[in-house]
Amino acid sequence: MPENHADSRNTPIVSIADVYQSFGDNQVIKGISFEVAKGEVICIIGPSGSGKSTLLRCINGLIEIDAGSIKVKDLEVHAPHLDKLELRKIVGMVFQQYNLFPHKTALQNIMMAPIHVLRQDIAEVKERAYMLMRKVRLEGKEDFYPGELSGGQQQRVAIARSLAMNPEVMLFDEVTAALDPETVKEVLVTIRDLAEEGMTCLLVTHEMGFARELADHMYFTDNGVIVEHGPPRIFFEAPEDPRTKEFLSQIL
Amino acid sequence: MIRCNGKRRSPPLNPKHELAVLLPIRPATACASSADRKIDQLPIGRIRAIHLLWLFLIFGVSAFAAGAQNEANQLSIARTILAWTPLLLKGFGFNILISFMSMAIGTVIGSVIGVLQISLLPPVRLSSKFLTQFFRNSPWLVLLFYCMFMIPFEITVGELRIPFPDWIKAVIGLSLPVMANVSEIVRGAINSIPSGQWEASESLAFNRRQQIWLIILPQCYKRMLPPWMNLYAILTMATVLASIVGVEEVMTLAGQVLAADGRPELLVPIYSFVLVWFFAYCYPIARWTIRLERIFALKI
Repeated sequence: MPENHADSRNTPIVSIADVYQSFGDNQVIKGISFEVAKGEVICIIGPSGSGKSTLLRCINGLIEIDAGSIKVKDLEVHAPHLDKLELRKIVGMVFQQYNLFPHKTALQNIMMAPIHVLRQDIAEVKERAYMLMRKVRLEGKEDFYPGELSGGQQQRVAIARSLAMNPEVMLFDEVTAALDPETVKEVLVTIRDLAEEGMTCLLVTHEMGFARELADHMYFTDNGVIVEHGPPRIFFEAPEDPRTKEFLSQIL
Repeated sequence: MIRCNGKRRSPPLNPKHELAVLLPIRPATACASSADRKIDQLPIGRIRAIHLLWLFLIFGVSAFAAGAQNEANQLSIARTILAWTPLLLKGFGFNILISFMSMAIGTVIGSVIGVLQISLLPPVRLSSKFLTQFFRNSPWLVLLFYCMFMIPFEITVGELRIPFPDWIKAVIGLSLPVMANVSEIVRGAINSIPSGQWEASESLAFNRRQQIWLIILPQCYKRMLPPWMNLYAILTMATVLASIVGVEEVMTLAGQVLAADGRPELLVPIYSFVLVWFFAYCYPIARWTIRLERIFALKI
Protein backbone atom coordinates (compact mmCIF):
# COMPACT_ATOMS: atom_id res chain seq x y z
CA MET A 1 0.00 0.00 0.00
CA PRO A 2 2.29 2.74 -1.19
CA GLU A 3 0.98 5.99 0.16
CA ASN A 4 1.47 9.28 -1.46
CA HIS A 5 1.93 12.10 0.93
CA ALA A 6 3.74 14.38 -1.40
CA ASP A 7 1.08 15.28 -3.90
CA SER A 8 2.30 18.80 -4.11
CA ARG A 9 5.72 17.64 -5.31
CA ASN A 10 7.03 15.76 -8.27
CA THR A 11 6.83 12.06 -8.87
CA PRO A 12 8.57 9.90 -6.29
CA ILE A 13 12.29 9.39 -6.76
CA VAL A 14 12.40 6.47 -4.31
CA SER A 15 9.47 4.12 -3.93
CA ILE A 16 9.56 1.23 -1.54
CA ALA A 17 6.74 -1.27 -1.73
CA ASP A 18 6.09 -4.07 0.71
CA VAL A 19 9.74 -4.88 1.36
CA TYR A 20 10.74 -7.91 3.40
CA GLN A 21 14.30 -8.68 4.41
CA SER A 22 15.90 -11.18 6.73
CA PHE A 23 19.32 -12.32 7.89
CA GLY A 24 18.97 -16.06 8.21
CA ASP A 25 16.03 -16.72 10.52
CA ASN A 26 16.02 -13.19 11.79
CA GLN A 27 13.40 -11.19 9.94
CA VAL A 28 14.55 -7.60 10.02
CA ILE A 29 12.08 -5.83 7.73
CA LYS A 30 8.53 -7.07 7.71
CA GLY A 31 6.69 -5.23 5.01
CA ILE A 32 7.67 -1.57 4.68
CA SER A 33 6.27 0.75 2.04
CA PHE A 34 6.74 4.44 1.45
CA GLU A 35 7.69 6.94 -1.16
CA VAL A 36 10.06 9.84 -1.23
CA ALA A 37 9.53 12.71 -3.60
CA LYS A 38 12.37 14.56 -5.26
CA GLY A 39 13.81 17.19 -2.97
CA GLU A 40 12.10 15.79 0.07
CA VAL A 41 13.88 15.18 3.37
CA ILE A 42 12.62 12.25 5.37
CA CYS A 43 13.82 11.06 8.76
CA ILE A 44 13.51 7.52 9.99
CA ILE A 45 13.69 7.03 13.72
CA GLY A 46 13.14 4.06 15.95
CA PRO A 47 14.75 1.87 18.55
CA SER A 48 17.98 0.10 17.62
CA GLY A 49 17.48 -3.17 15.82
CA SER A 50 14.26 -1.99 14.24
CA GLY A 51 15.64 -2.28 10.72
CA LYS A 52 16.33 1.38 9.91
CA SER A 53 19.93 0.98 8.78
CA THR A 54 19.11 -2.24 6.95
CA LEU A 55 16.39 -0.42 5.05
CA LEU A 56 18.84 2.25 3.88
CA ARG A 57 21.30 -0.41 2.77
CA CYS A 58 18.55 -2.09 0.78
CA ILE A 59 17.87 1.15 -1.08
CA ASN A 60 21.35 1.30 -2.60
CA GLY A 61 21.61 -2.44 -3.08
CA LEU A 62 24.21 -3.20 -0.41
CA ILE A 63 21.78 -5.77 1.01
CA GLU A 64 19.44 -8.00 -0.97
CA ILE A 65 15.76 -8.06 -0.10
CA ASP A 66 13.59 -11.17 0.17
CA ALA A 67 10.40 -9.76 -1.29
CA GLY A 68 8.85 -6.52 -2.43
CA SER A 69 10.21 -3.83 -4.66
CA ILE A 70 12.46 -0.82 -4.31
CA LYS A 71 12.57 1.65 -7.16
CA VAL A 72 15.00 4.52 -7.45
CA LYS A 73 13.98 6.76 -10.36
CA ASP A 74 13.24 4.14 -12.98
CA LEU A 75 15.68 1.54 -11.67
CA GLU A 76 14.32 -1.55 -10.01
CA VAL A 77 17.01 -2.00 -7.32
CA HIS A 78 16.66 -5.71 -6.85
CA ALA A 79 16.17 -6.74 -10.44
CA PRO A 80 18.55 -9.59 -11.27
CA HIS A 81 20.47 -7.68 -13.92
CA LEU A 82 20.52 -4.27 -12.36
CA ASP A 83 23.31 -1.98 -13.48
CA LYS A 84 24.71 -1.26 -10.03
CA LEU A 85 26.90 1.48 -11.38
CA GLU A 86 23.82 3.37 -12.57
CA LEU A 87 22.12 2.94 -9.21
CA ARG A 88 25.11 4.09 -7.21
CA LYS A 89 25.62 7.11 -9.39
CA ILE A 90 22.14 8.18 -8.31
CA VAL A 91 22.28 7.15 -4.65
CA GLY A 92 25.05 8.34 -2.33
CA MET A 93 25.49 7.00 1.16
CA VAL A 94 27.19 8.24 4.32
CA PHE A 95 27.90 5.88 7.18
CA GLN A 96 27.97 6.10 10.94
CA GLN A 97 31.68 5.20 11.04
CA TYR A 98 32.63 7.59 8.16
CA ASN A 99 34.53 4.73 6.45
CA LEU A 100 37.00 7.04 4.78
CA PHE A 101 39.88 5.28 3.08
CA PRO A 102 42.67 5.72 5.65
CA HIS A 103 45.50 5.38 3.12
CA LYS A 104 44.33 8.36 1.05
CA THR A 105 44.20 12.06 1.85
CA ALA A 106 40.89 13.85 2.19
CA LEU A 107 41.15 15.16 -1.36
CA GLN A 108 42.10 11.75 -2.76
CA ASN A 109 39.18 10.19 -0.92
CA ILE A 110 36.87 12.53 -2.79
CA MET A 111 38.61 12.05 -6.14
CA MET A 112 38.90 8.27 -6.20
CA ALA A 113 35.43 7.27 -7.31
CA PRO A 114 35.03 9.89 -10.05
CA ILE A 115 38.43 8.99 -11.46
CA HIS A 116 38.32 5.21 -11.23
CA VAL A 117 34.61 4.56 -11.57
CA LEU A 118 33.30 7.40 -13.73
CA ARG A 119 36.66 7.78 -15.53
CA GLN A 120 36.39 11.54 -15.52
CA ASP A 121 39.22 13.86 -16.34
CA ILE A 122 41.62 14.17 -13.41
CA ALA A 123 42.03 17.94 -13.60
CA GLU A 124 38.28 18.49 -13.60
CA VAL A 125 37.76 16.05 -10.77
CA LYS A 126 40.43 17.78 -8.73
CA GLU A 127 38.83 21.14 -9.25
CA ARG A 128 35.48 19.78 -8.17
CA ALA A 129 37.04 18.06 -5.17
CA TYR A 130 38.46 21.41 -3.98
CA MET A 131 35.04 22.91 -4.50
CA LEU A 132 33.42 20.16 -2.44
CA MET A 133 35.95 20.63 0.35
CA ARG A 134 34.95 24.28 0.46
CA LYS A 135 31.31 23.30 0.43
CA VAL A 136 31.74 21.16 3.56
CA ARG A 137 33.82 23.99 5.06
CA LEU A 138 37.09 22.12 5.15
CA GLU A 139 39.30 24.20 2.88
CA GLY A 140 42.92 23.81 3.90
CA LYS A 141 42.45 20.22 5.05
CA GLU A 142 42.77 18.73 1.56
CA ASP A 143 46.07 16.99 2.16
CA PHE A 144 45.26 15.65 5.60
CA TYR A 145 44.84 11.94 6.09
CA PRO A 146 41.61 10.77 7.77
CA GLY A 147 43.55 9.81 10.89
CA GLU A 148 44.61 13.45 11.26
CA LEU A 149 41.05 14.79 11.16
CA SER A 150 38.45 14.92 13.91
CA GLY A 151 35.35 12.76 13.68
CA GLY A 152 33.20 15.62 12.50
CA GLN A 153 35.73 16.62 9.86
CA GLN A 154 36.00 13.02 8.66
CA GLN A 155 32.26 12.77 8.40
CA ARG A 156 32.12 15.93 6.31
CA VAL A 157 34.82 14.56 4.01
CA ALA A 158 32.68 11.43 3.72
CA ILE A 159 29.71 13.57 2.70
CA ALA A 160 31.86 15.38 0.13
CA ARG A 161 33.09 12.04 -1.14
CA SER A 162 29.53 10.90 -1.78
CA LEU A 163 28.64 14.20 -3.41
CA ALA A 164 31.53 13.83 -5.84
CA MET A 165 29.47 11.21 -7.67
CA ASN A 166 26.72 13.83 -8.19
CA PRO A 167 24.00 11.74 -6.59
CA GLU A 168 20.34 12.68 -6.64
CA VAL A 169 19.49 10.93 -3.40
CA MET A 170 21.59 10.88 -0.24
CA LEU A 171 21.27 8.25 2.46
CA PHE A 172 22.56 9.19 5.90
CA ASP A 173 22.92 6.28 8.29
CA GLU A 174 23.17 7.66 11.83
CA VAL A 175 25.96 9.92 10.67
CA THR A 176 26.27 11.77 13.96
CA ALA A 177 25.95 8.79 16.29
CA ALA A 178 29.71 8.22 16.58
CA LEU A 179 30.63 11.89 16.97
CA ASP A 180 31.51 14.00 19.97
CA PRO A 181 28.64 16.32 20.88
CA GLU A 182 30.58 19.43 19.90
CA THR A 183 31.25 18.19 16.38
CA VAL A 184 27.72 16.97 15.73
CA LYS A 185 26.59 20.45 14.82
CA GLU A 186 29.07 21.03 12.01
CA VAL A 187 27.90 17.83 10.31
CA LEU A 188 24.25 18.71 10.75
CA VAL A 189 24.87 22.15 9.26
CA THR A 190 26.40 20.48 6.22
CA ILE A 191 23.38 18.23 5.82
CA ARG A 192 21.04 21.17 6.22
CA ASP A 193 22.87 23.08 3.50
CA LEU A 194 22.41 20.11 1.23
CA ALA A 195 18.73 19.77 2.02
CA GLU A 196 18.20 23.44 1.41
CA GLU A 197 19.79 23.08 -2.00
CA GLY A 198 17.09 20.58 -2.84
CA MET A 199 18.91 17.30 -2.34
CA THR A 200 16.63 14.38 -1.61
CA CYS A 201 17.75 13.08 1.79
CA LEU A 202 16.85 9.97 3.74
CA LEU A 203 18.18 10.18 7.25
CA VAL A 204 18.29 7.59 9.96
CA THR A 205 18.97 9.66 13.02
CA HIS A 206 18.67 10.11 16.74
CA GLU A 207 18.94 13.89 16.51
CA MET A 208 15.31 14.69 17.24
CA GLY A 209 15.72 18.45 17.23
CA PHE A 210 17.38 18.31 13.86
CA ALA A 211 14.74 15.97 12.46
CA ARG A 212 11.97 18.19 13.69
CA GLU A 213 13.53 21.25 12.09
CA LEU A 214 14.53 19.75 8.78
CA ALA A 215 12.32 16.80 7.92
CA ASP A 216 9.37 17.01 5.59
CA HIS A 217 8.15 13.69 6.85
CA MET A 218 8.93 11.47 9.82
CA TYR A 219 8.78 7.70 9.98
CA PHE A 220 8.90 5.68 13.15
CA THR A 221 9.91 2.05 12.72
CA ASP A 222 9.75 -0.64 15.33
CA ASN A 223 10.35 -4.33 14.92
CA GLY A 224 10.60 -4.16 11.14
CA VAL A 225 7.45 -2.21 10.36
CA ILE A 226 6.51 1.46 10.12
CA VAL A 227 4.45 2.14 13.20
CA GLU A 228 3.66 5.75 12.57
CA HIS A 229 4.49 8.50 10.17
CA GLY A 230 3.57 12.06 9.48
CA PRO A 231 4.87 15.58 9.20
CA PRO A 232 7.20 16.40 12.08
CA ARG A 233 4.89 18.90 13.78
CA ILE A 234 2.09 16.37 14.15
CA PHE A 235 4.46 13.45 14.65
CA PHE A 236 6.26 15.01 17.59
CA GLU A 237 3.39 16.85 19.20
CA ALA A 238 0.58 14.38 18.85
CA PRO A 239 1.88 10.88 18.28
CA GLU A 240 -0.90 8.33 18.20
CA ASP A 241 0.68 4.95 18.56
CA PRO A 242 1.68 3.97 22.12
CA ARG A 243 5.07 2.71 20.92
CA THR A 244 5.87 6.05 19.33
CA LYS A 245 4.79 7.82 22.49
CA GLU A 246 6.97 5.62 24.61
CA PHE A 247 9.98 6.01 22.34
CA LEU A 248 9.65 9.78 22.14
CA SER A 249 9.20 10.09 25.88
CA GLN A 250 12.42 8.17 26.39
CA ILE A 251 14.46 10.09 23.92
CA LEU A 252 13.20 13.67 24.24
CA MET B 1 41.44 -11.34 41.81
CA ILE B 2 44.74 -11.03 43.59
CA ARG B 3 45.22 -7.94 45.60
CA CYS B 4 48.53 -6.26 45.43
CA ASN B 5 49.83 -3.73 47.85
CA GLY B 6 53.09 -2.53 46.46
CA LYS B 7 55.23 -5.37 47.70
CA ARG B 8 55.11 -8.82 46.26
CA ARG B 9 53.91 -11.32 48.74
CA SER B 10 53.40 -14.97 48.32
CA PRO B 11 49.70 -15.75 48.44
CA PRO B 12 48.45 -17.03 51.77
CA LEU B 13 48.99 -20.73 52.05
CA ASN B 14 46.46 -23.23 53.09
CA PRO B 15 47.75 -24.33 56.49
CA LYS B 16 47.39 -27.95 55.42
CA HIS B 17 50.16 -27.53 52.87
CA GLU B 18 53.72 -26.74 53.78
CA LEU B 19 54.76 -25.28 50.45
CA ALA B 20 53.14 -23.54 47.53
CA VAL B 21 53.88 -25.82 44.64
CA LEU B 22 52.94 -23.34 41.92
CA LEU B 23 52.18 -19.69 42.32
CA PRO B 24 49.01 -18.62 40.57
CA ILE B 25 49.45 -17.00 37.19
CA ARG B 26 48.73 -13.30 37.39
CA PRO B 27 49.15 -10.27 35.19
CA ALA B 28 52.64 -8.88 35.61
CA THR B 29 51.65 -5.26 35.24
CA ALA B 30 48.88 -5.44 37.82
CA CYS B 31 51.26 -6.41 40.59
CA ALA B 32 54.38 -4.59 39.50
CA SER B 33 55.84 -2.29 42.10
CA SER B 34 57.21 1.11 41.12
CA ALA B 35 60.73 -0.30 41.10
CA ASP B 36 59.64 -3.01 38.70
CA ARG B 37 58.08 -0.45 36.45
CA LYS B 38 61.32 1.49 36.34
CA ILE B 39 63.12 -1.60 35.21
CA ASP B 40 60.48 -2.15 32.56
CA GLN B 41 61.20 1.25 31.14
CA LEU B 42 64.81 0.31 30.51
CA PRO B 43 65.56 -1.25 27.13
CA ILE B 44 65.83 -4.54 28.93
CA GLY B 45 64.96 -6.63 25.88
CA ARG B 46 67.92 -5.30 23.97
CA ILE B 47 70.29 -5.71 26.88
CA ARG B 48 69.24 -9.28 27.39
CA ALA B 49 69.74 -10.14 23.75
CA ILE B 50 73.14 -8.52 23.60
CA HIS B 51 74.13 -10.47 26.68
CA LEU B 52 73.02 -13.60 24.90
CA LEU B 53 75.21 -12.77 21.96
CA TRP B 54 78.15 -12.20 24.32
CA LEU B 55 77.42 -15.50 25.96
CA PHE B 56 77.73 -17.20 22.62
CA LEU B 57 81.01 -15.47 21.94
CA ILE B 58 82.44 -16.23 25.37
CA PHE B 59 81.32 -19.79 24.93
CA GLY B 60 83.06 -20.00 21.62
CA VAL B 61 86.25 -18.33 22.82
CA SER B 62 86.49 -20.56 25.86
CA ALA B 63 86.07 -23.59 23.66
CA PHE B 64 88.89 -22.32 21.48
CA ALA B 65 91.05 -21.74 24.52
CA ALA B 66 90.38 -25.24 25.76
CA GLY B 67 91.42 -26.59 22.41
CA ALA B 68 94.53 -24.39 22.26
CA GLN B 69 96.00 -26.11 25.31
CA ASN B 70 95.66 -29.46 23.63
CA GLU B 71 98.63 -30.68 21.73
CA ALA B 72 101.24 -28.33 20.46
CA ASN B 73 101.71 -30.00 17.12
CA GLN B 74 98.05 -29.61 16.20
CA LEU B 75 96.59 -26.35 14.99
CA SER B 76 94.60 -24.57 17.65
CA ILE B 77 90.83 -24.82 17.34
CA ALA B 78 90.58 -21.12 16.57
CA ARG B 79 93.03 -21.45 13.73
CA THR B 80 91.28 -24.53 12.37
CA ILE B 81 87.94 -22.83 12.36
CA LEU B 82 89.44 -19.73 10.83
CA ALA B 83 90.92 -21.87 8.09
CA TRP B 84 87.53 -23.40 7.35
CA THR B 85 85.65 -20.13 7.63
CA PRO B 86 85.64 -19.25 3.91
CA LEU B 87 84.13 -22.61 3.08
CA LEU B 88 81.57 -22.40 5.88
CA LEU B 89 80.69 -18.85 4.91
CA LYS B 90 80.09 -20.01 1.37
CA GLY B 91 77.71 -22.58 2.79
CA PHE B 92 75.99 -19.96 4.88
CA GLY B 93 75.66 -17.74 1.82
CA PHE B 94 73.95 -20.68 0.16
CA ASN B 95 71.48 -20.85 3.03
CA ILE B 96 70.70 -17.18 2.54
CA LEU B 97 70.28 -17.74 -1.19
CA ILE B 98 67.88 -20.61 -0.58
CA SER B 99 65.95 -18.50 1.90
CA PHE B 100 65.70 -15.58 -0.53
CA MET B 101 64.51 -17.70 -3.40
CA SER B 102 62.03 -19.70 -1.35
CA MET B 103 60.68 -16.51 0.15
CA ALA B 104 60.33 -14.87 -3.26
CA ILE B 105 58.57 -17.82 -4.86
CA GLY B 106 56.43 -18.47 -1.78
CA THR B 107 55.44 -14.83 -1.48
CA VAL B 108 54.42 -14.40 -5.11
CA ILE B 109 52.35 -17.59 -5.29
CA GLY B 110 51.11 -17.26 -1.71
CA SER B 111 49.82 -13.73 -2.31
CA VAL B 112 47.83 -14.88 -5.31
CA ILE B 113 46.37 -17.84 -3.41
CA GLY B 114 45.66 -15.59 -0.43
CA VAL B 115 43.59 -13.20 -2.53
CA LEU B 116 41.85 -16.15 -4.21
CA GLN B 117 40.78 -17.31 -0.75
CA ILE B 118 38.25 -14.48 -0.71
CA SER B 119 37.05 -15.19 -4.25
CA LEU B 120 33.30 -15.14 -4.76
CA LEU B 121 33.53 -18.29 -6.90
CA PRO B 122 33.20 -21.28 -4.57
CA PRO B 123 35.48 -23.65 -6.56
CA VAL B 124 38.30 -21.09 -6.64
CA ARG B 125 37.83 -20.15 -3.01
CA LEU B 126 37.62 -23.71 -1.76
CA SER B 127 40.57 -25.03 -3.75
CA SER B 128 42.83 -22.18 -2.64
CA LYS B 129 41.70 -22.72 0.95
CA PHE B 130 42.49 -26.40 0.61
CA LEU B 131 45.94 -25.71 -0.83
CA THR B 132 46.69 -23.27 1.97
CA GLN B 133 45.53 -25.51 4.75
CA PHE B 134 47.21 -28.57 3.28
CA PHE B 135 50.66 -27.04 3.02
CA ARG B 136 50.34 -25.05 6.21
CA ASN B 137 49.69 -28.15 8.21
CA SER B 138 52.41 -30.35 6.73
CA PRO B 139 55.82 -30.72 8.34
CA TRP B 140 58.40 -28.76 6.40
CA LEU B 141 60.82 -31.66 6.33
CA VAL B 142 58.25 -34.01 4.82
CA LEU B 143 57.51 -31.48 2.08
CA LEU B 144 61.22 -31.18 1.46
CA PHE B 145 61.60 -34.95 1.10
CA TYR B 146 58.64 -35.04 -1.22
CA CYS B 147 60.18 -32.47 -3.52
CA MET B 148 63.54 -34.19 -3.40
CA PHE B 149 62.16 -37.50 -4.54
CA MET B 150 59.21 -36.42 -6.69
CA ILE B 151 60.93 -33.83 -8.87
CA PRO B 152 63.16 -35.33 -11.57
CA PHE B 153 66.74 -34.08 -11.85
CA GLU B 154 65.92 -32.53 -15.18
CA ILE B 155 62.85 -31.80 -17.23
CA THR B 156 62.87 -31.72 -21.01
CA VAL B 157 60.47 -29.26 -22.54
CA GLY B 158 60.68 -29.56 -26.31
CA GLU B 159 64.28 -28.66 -27.10
CA LEU B 160 65.03 -27.29 -23.66
CA ARG B 161 66.53 -29.32 -20.88
CA ILE B 162 65.87 -27.70 -17.57
CA PRO B 163 68.09 -29.13 -14.85
CA PHE B 164 66.80 -29.44 -11.29
CA PRO B 165 69.79 -29.66 -8.97
CA ASP B 166 69.15 -30.62 -5.37
CA TRP B 167 69.29 -27.10 -4.07
CA ILE B 168 66.60 -25.94 -6.52
CA LYS B 169 64.45 -28.80 -5.30
CA ALA B 170 65.10 -27.62 -1.76
CA VAL B 171 64.05 -24.11 -2.76
CA ILE B 172 60.82 -25.47 -4.19
CA GLY B 173 60.26 -27.71 -1.17
CA LEU B 174 60.70 -24.84 1.26
CA SER B 175 58.65 -22.42 -0.80
CA LEU B 176 55.56 -24.61 -0.40
CA PRO B 177 55.05 -23.99 3.32
CA VAL B 178 56.09 -20.37 2.82
CA MET B 179 53.43 -20.05 0.14
CA ALA B 180 50.76 -21.45 2.45
CA ASN B 181 51.79 -19.19 5.32
CA VAL B 182 51.91 -16.10 3.13
CA SER B 183 48.47 -17.03 1.82
CA GLU B 184 47.14 -17.08 5.37
CA ILE B 185 48.89 -13.79 6.18
CA VAL B 186 47.22 -12.17 3.17
CA ARG B 187 43.80 -13.60 3.99
CA GLY B 188 44.14 -12.58 7.61
CA ALA B 189 45.12 -9.04 6.67
CA ILE B 190 42.21 -8.72 4.25
CA ASN B 191 39.79 -10.00 6.87
CA SER B 192 41.16 -7.54 9.40
CA ILE B 193 40.07 -4.58 7.26
CA PRO B 194 36.79 -3.26 8.70
CA SER B 195 33.73 -4.24 6.69
CA GLY B 196 32.85 -0.55 6.43
CA GLN B 197 35.64 -0.17 3.87
CA TRP B 198 33.93 -2.71 1.63
CA GLU B 199 30.53 -1.09 2.14
CA ALA B 200 31.78 2.42 1.51
CA SER B 201 33.66 1.50 -1.64
CA GLU B 202 30.74 -0.56 -2.89
CA SER B 203 28.36 2.33 -2.35
CA LEU B 204 30.74 4.49 -4.40
CA ALA B 205 30.26 2.05 -7.28
CA PHE B 206 33.71 0.47 -7.24
CA ASN B 207 33.58 -3.01 -8.67
CA ARG B 208 35.05 -5.89 -6.76
CA ARG B 209 38.39 -5.86 -8.50
CA GLN B 210 38.78 -2.13 -7.87
CA GLN B 211 37.73 -2.60 -4.26
CA ILE B 212 40.45 -5.18 -3.71
CA TRP B 213 43.22 -3.39 -5.60
CA LEU B 214 42.50 0.23 -4.74
CA ILE B 215 40.94 0.06 -1.30
CA ILE B 216 41.58 -3.18 0.54
CA LEU B 217 45.06 -4.39 -0.44
CA PRO B 218 46.81 -1.00 -0.03
CA GLN B 219 45.68 -1.06 3.58
CA CYS B 220 46.95 -4.61 4.03
CA TYR B 221 50.65 -4.17 3.22
CA LYS B 222 51.52 -2.60 6.55
CA ARG B 223 49.64 -5.26 8.45
CA MET B 224 51.30 -8.03 6.48
CA LEU B 225 54.87 -6.82 6.81
CA PRO B 226 55.63 -7.87 10.42
CA PRO B 227 54.25 -11.43 10.12
CA TRP B 228 55.93 -11.75 6.74
CA MET B 229 59.32 -10.79 8.18
CA ASN B 230 58.75 -13.16 11.02
CA LEU B 231 58.07 -15.91 8.52
CA TYR B 232 61.29 -15.05 6.71
CA ALA B 233 63.33 -15.42 9.90
CA ILE B 234 61.73 -18.80 10.55
CA LEU B 235 62.40 -19.87 6.97
CA THR B 236 66.06 -18.85 7.21
CA MET B 237 66.49 -21.03 10.25
CA ALA B 238 64.65 -23.85 8.49
CA THR B 239 67.02 -23.81 5.50
CA VAL B 240 69.38 -26.07 7.42
CA LEU B 241 66.80 -28.81 6.88
CA ALA B 242 68.21 -28.97 3.38
CA SER B 243 71.32 -30.57 4.84
CA ILE B 244 69.30 -33.69 5.60
CA VAL B 245 68.59 -34.14 1.92
CA GLY B 246 72.21 -33.51 1.00
CA VAL B 247 72.31 -29.91 -0.19
CA GLU B 248 75.77 -28.43 0.39
CA GLU B 249 74.72 -25.72 2.77
CA VAL B 250 76.38 -24.68 6.00
CA MET B 251 75.29 -27.63 8.14
CA THR B 252 76.37 -30.17 5.57
CA LEU B 253 79.71 -28.43 5.22
CA ALA B 254 80.15 -28.23 8.99
CA GLY B 255 79.59 -31.97 9.13
CA GLN B 256 82.11 -32.53 6.37
CA VAL B 257 84.67 -30.31 8.09
CA LEU B 258 84.28 -32.32 11.27
CA ALA B 259 84.65 -35.57 9.38
CA ALA B 260 87.74 -34.31 7.54
CA ASP B 261 89.52 -33.14 10.66
CA GLY B 262 88.46 -36.02 12.81
CA ARG B 263 88.82 -33.97 15.99
CA PRO B 264 85.88 -34.40 18.38
CA GLU B 265 86.84 -31.25 20.32
CA LEU B 266 85.94 -29.22 17.21
CA LEU B 267 82.30 -30.31 17.33
CA VAL B 268 80.94 -27.78 19.80
CA PRO B 269 82.97 -24.77 18.58
CA ILE B 270 82.02 -25.28 14.94
CA TYR B 271 78.32 -25.68 15.62
CA SER B 272 78.46 -22.68 17.99
CA PHE B 273 80.13 -20.73 15.24
CA VAL B 274 77.28 -21.56 12.84
CA LEU B 275 74.72 -20.80 15.54
CA VAL B 276 76.18 -17.35 16.07
CA TRP B 277 75.92 -16.59 12.37
CA PHE B 278 72.27 -17.52 12.26
CA PHE B 279 71.65 -15.53 15.39
CA ALA B 280 73.45 -12.51 14.02
CA TYR B 281 71.38 -12.72 10.83
CA CYS B 282 67.95 -13.46 12.27
CA TYR B 283 67.98 -11.46 15.47
CA PRO B 284 68.04 -8.02 13.80
CA ILE B 285 65.12 -9.13 11.66
CA ALA B 286 63.20 -10.09 14.78
CA ARG B 287 64.02 -6.77 16.46
CA TRP B 288 63.01 -4.84 13.40
CA THR B 289 59.76 -6.78 13.18
CA ILE B 290 58.91 -5.89 16.76
CA ARG B 291 59.69 -2.24 16.07
CA LEU B 292 57.50 -2.18 12.98
CA GLU B 293 54.68 -3.87 14.87
CA ARG B 294 54.89 -1.17 17.51
CA ILE B 295 54.94 1.65 14.98
CA PHE B 296 52.00 0.25 13.04
CA ALA B 297 50.06 -0.47 16.22
CA LEU B 298 50.32 3.20 17.10
CA LYS B 299 49.12 4.37 13.71
CA ILE B 300 46.16 2.08 13.21
